[in-house]
Amino acid sequence: MNVESELEKGNFVVGECLKCKKTVWPPSDYCSLCFGNVSIKDGPFQGKIIEFSKQGNDYFCLVEFNENVKIIGKITGETPQINQNVMVKKCGIQNGNYFFEFISS
Amino acid sequence: MANKVGIASYGMTKFSRDDIKIESILLESTKNAFQNCSNLNQKDVEAVLVSTNNNSKYLSAVLSEISGIKPKISHSVESLCNSGTNAIVSAYSYIASGLADVVLVAGAERYDSPGQVLEWDNSRGEFKHPIFWASIFTKSYKREYNVRDEELALVSIKNHHQSIKNPNALTKKEYTLDEIMNSKKLTDDLKLLDCSRPCTGGASIVLASENTINHLTDSPVWITGIGQKTTSASFTKNITFSAMESSRISANSALKMSKHKADQIDVIELHDAFSVCEPMALESIGVSSKGKGLELVKEMIVTDSPKINPRGGLMGSGHPLGATGIAQTIEITQQLQSKAESRQIDNPKIGLVHNMSAASTSSTVLVLEN
Ligand SMILES: [Zn+2]
Repeated sequence: MNVESELEKGNFVVGECLKCKKTVWPPSDYCSLCFGNVSIKDGPFQGKIIEFSKQGNDYFCLVEFNENVKIIGKITGETPQINQNVMVKKCGIQNGNYFFEFISS
Repeated sequence: MANKVGIASYGMTKFSRDDIKIESILLESTKNAFQNCSNLNQKDVEAVLVSTNNNSKYLSAVLSEISGIKPKISHSVESLCNSGTNAIVSAYSYIASGLADVVLVAGAERYDSPGQVLEWDNSRGEFKHPIFWASIFTKSYKREYNVRDEELALVSIKNHHQSIKNPNALTKKEYTLDEIMNSKKLTDDLKLLDCSRPCTGGASIVLASENTINHLTDSPVWITGIGQKTTSASFTKNITFSAMESSRISANSALKMSKHKADQIDVIELHDAFSVCEPMALESIGVSSKGKGLELVKEMIVTDSPKINPRGGLMGSGHPLGATGIAQTIEITQQLQSKAESRQIDNPKIGLVHNMSAASTSSTVLVLEN
């Protein structure tokens, strides 16, 4: 069980170093601070939209979670606002590429 | 004391959308670098470095063989869009350390380069194409400094205007504000004519030690400052989206090494991958204060000065990734040698090259002097 296999199942989780407790993101085999082993840190995680733009009808947002985890994903059915609180509604991995979708929280 | 390192010769290819083999592009610019320097012999070249994102293998050995060179040192350098200046820094280091006296650095890319998308960067989700980070940078810069799209379009106007005088440029076409504003909308914050275009092209440069350079050229240009910084590989690890942190740090290091200040720079080639990159780079280098980069761009247009991106930058010239940093360095070299023909600025003494990768997660800055 690792972070990537959870993401593949649609569970948004991040890594956490077993030794120093630092958040490990993007998923990696070891902690970038102390090279400790990585375990899974479960959500749900609260994030904030820090920037967004729009392609066609789809908004894409840069969202910041705690511990310097920032990801880009879609938001549908609403117009995003800066500093808006969001959570990951959907995530997964398709052809090796991650995808994320956010929802207001 | 490290050896001084100078630029002895250079060669370019035209930038195009042509389907040309990577080996042919490398050879073309290398041939031109030799033909531009009558005293340069293949046996003088002790290292051959190839800068590219192309998937072909063993290119430095291949280029060496087809150019008749048997170098001591040969290898490729890949670092996405700043591969070119990174290869120049490697060449500099071989010479400064005494491992080589003459080094050939050849950069080349094809229009279909795999270096355009950083597959590894999964924090970008399904938005891995560079237009998405560029949109985030643009939106963030506009928000922070209250800038309008029409003002950012000035970068495209200026750099396409300057590319008319660059014989190797991809398009050599001028655009009006209306044409830029009405060009294809890629996102709400980015239009087609706000973007540089990947292309096929090559650029080669020959560096030499102080002891050997006088046999090769009577107008050497010296590399007097080098700064490099990599802050991350992930776009989302940037600490700001309205400034270029790695560029700020590398420019600061390069200027410090050269013992100059940003306001002493006479001519600059900077990495305008997208319109917003030009004011952000000017501010990060320290030529403009925060939020004032576009004022300088406007001033350049009003005075018709080619001081910033004289060859048209990436937007005007095209962006063959592995060749870009070398082409930028060649432009500044020509400027400092007063060989830039109709692009020439008046009597420059100090020039600067700014080359970066992947939303400024990595930057290289060189200071050149005649
Ligand atoms: Zn750790």
